[in-house]
Amino acid sequence: MSNHSKIGFYIFFVPIFLWLFLLIVLPHIELFLMSLKYEDDMGNMAWSLQNYKEFFKEEIYWLTFIRVALYSILVTFLTFVITFPIAFYITKIVSVKYKGFLIILLLMPFWVSELVRVYGWMILLRESGVINYFLQSLGFIDKPIEMLYNDVSMIMGLVYTSMLFMVVPLISSLDGMDDSYIEAAHDLGASKIVIFFKIVIPYIAPGIVSGSIVVFMLTLGNYLTPNLMGGKNSLWFTEQIYNQFIASFNWNQGAAFGFLLLVLSSFIIWIGLKVTKQNLTKALS
Amino acid sequence: MNHSLEISNLKKVFSDFKAVDGIDFHVEEGSFFSILGPSGCGKTTLLRMIAGFLEPSSGSIKIRGDEMIGISPNKRPVNLVFQNLALFPMMDVGENVAFGLKRQDFSKSEINEKVTSILEKVQLGGYERKNVSDLSGGQKQRVAIARSLVLEPSILLLDEPLGALDLKLREQMKIQLKKLQNEFGTTFIYITHDQSEALVMSDKVAVMNNGKFEQIDTPQNLYSNPKTSFVASFVGETNKFKAKLTSERTNVKTKEGIDFKVNLIDQNIKEDCFLFVRPEAIAMMVEEDMEDMNYFDLKIKTILFDGSNTKVLASMNESEHEIMVSLPQNRQFSHIEKGKIVRAGVHVSDCKCYE
Repeated sequence: MSNHSKIGFYIFFVPIFLWLFLLIVLPHIELFLMSLKYEDDMGNMAWSLQNYKEFFKEEIYWLTFIRVALYSILVTFLTFVITFPIAFYITKIVSVKYKGFLIILLLMPFWVSELVRVYGWMILLRESGVINYFLQSLGFIDKPIEMLYNDVSMIMGLVYTSMLFMVVPLISSLDGMDDSYIEAAHDLGASKIVIFFKIVIPYIAPGIVSGSIVVFMLTLGNYLTPNLMGGKNSLWFTEQIYNQFIASFNWNQGAAFGFLLLVLSSFIIWIGLKVTKQNLTKALS
Repeated sequence: MNHSLEISNLKKVFSDFKAVDGIDFHVEEGSFFSILGPSGCGKTTLLRMIAGFLEPSSGSIKIRGDEMIGISPNKRPVNLVFQNLALFPMMDVGENVAFGLKRQDFSKSEINEKVTSILEKVQLGGYERKNVSDLSGGQKQRVAIARSLVLEPSILLLDEPLGALDLKLREQMKIQLKKLQNEFGTTFIYITHDQSEALVMSDKVAVMNNGKFEQIDTPQNLYSNPKTSFVASFVGETNKFKAKLTSERTNVKTKEGIDFKVNLIDQNIKEDCFLFVRPEAIAMMVEEDMEDMNYFDLKIKTILFDGSNTKVLASMNESEHEIMVSLPQNRQFSHIEKGKIVRAGVHVSDCKCYE
């Protein structure tokens, strides 16, 4: 390596290294050590696996955990199902003239913070909200219905918040797919369903995987949306972590939960990659 | 003779642009038919209508007697070899070839058998498990053809499939394609802008321009008896002169003021016309002893050496207008050099006039 490229290497490497080390690795080491400490009956801190045992002992903890995992998978799947037709329409059907405009239209809501967007949904859905007002004034219902604070509205909110992170990789991988593949398959006798499953899906699989990983992790670690749209019943694992840190002031327990969440998300992604026979580096490149 | 494909009065209009403007032709069973035309002449539109990707504005397309209008591409007995081949990158060679078969009612063993046998026929035996990206350009070409031919289509459509190959490979593939067509006996419809591809491989060639067929003929006839000025200038190399017919209609005077005796193919052409003379029709260092010849002086300007295809750029008589003359292969003319003036002649029948 010449001196010149060495300097270039350090210019790029040092900030990344510092960022990863100071903001990710160091706090996690600290958290990990914290999670292994437990206050015994005498009020002394001692090394122990008690924090992790606590998780498996209390049903509510691991049930929340499983619930969050399953819902996150569901959200990821729903996000794909909803965004795929949009991405396909923008890249393959609409004329090139309107493509950029449509993509901007799609991105625009995401210039606003997640908090504002979630409040938007709340204004629509709450008991005194817009939808209830119209349903009532049109005479469909007598009493306003509470549409917030249930799993359905929470899932909907999570899907909505995640859409951008799925649609962008889908658009870019569909863009890279030559139309002639679809035409060739059609010409060789394939129906539209066969083309979808045998040609389009395998071709854009890396895009689907990278979108899914991001959506899944963001959903699993989302705090705001489940809290606001799911209310007290949302039972999201991040809330358990929050409660441990802030409400119970039990940092050791919270640290253990944080670690379990990390392990869980890594494990599910690993399983997902194995099942779909995809490669992480290929998907993210 | 059976007609594999019969097209009558086919039109395709895009908003205000007539891409295909009333075409009639038929292709005989088992023949190699080429559609030759410059880019933008509508040949790809025509091909896509035959394949079923475009609905014609009007007209009919019949394949082995069955009307095809309104039938989707996956139900038509035609297959298309795409310009970029469109081999599926996520499948290996065997899966690519088997793709169409799997859409029909074949058992696994039948499919395997067919795939193996077709790959052997295109000289890719044992390549089933190879990755498409590991193949060379010529091999990909053959996989794409095998993928279509394995379905035993009534017609195989080829959309400039040799365009992406380098010159050497293209020459080889021309011969291979012709051989494959002979072997399978399938009707090939080949689209190209390269006249040499069309002339070498085809039984018949249709020359297309501005959405219309100018001439449908055998390659030999197309070359030696072009019917229109477009065909004369598009097919093969030629020297073109702007000219005026003299009143007796047996001679023309070119813009440069040179007289040519001509045989008119179409007696009714206007006074303003174009004269075409092929480079190889001009003979150099001739004796002036024949009635039916046009004689003139050539001043050699440049020698364009290209092996067997060497040509000379020369100006005629005193004019500045340069024409191209082929040098015969015997070494008789090896002493010809720049600046020399030689007497040359061309037979009347090789001087063709069009409007």
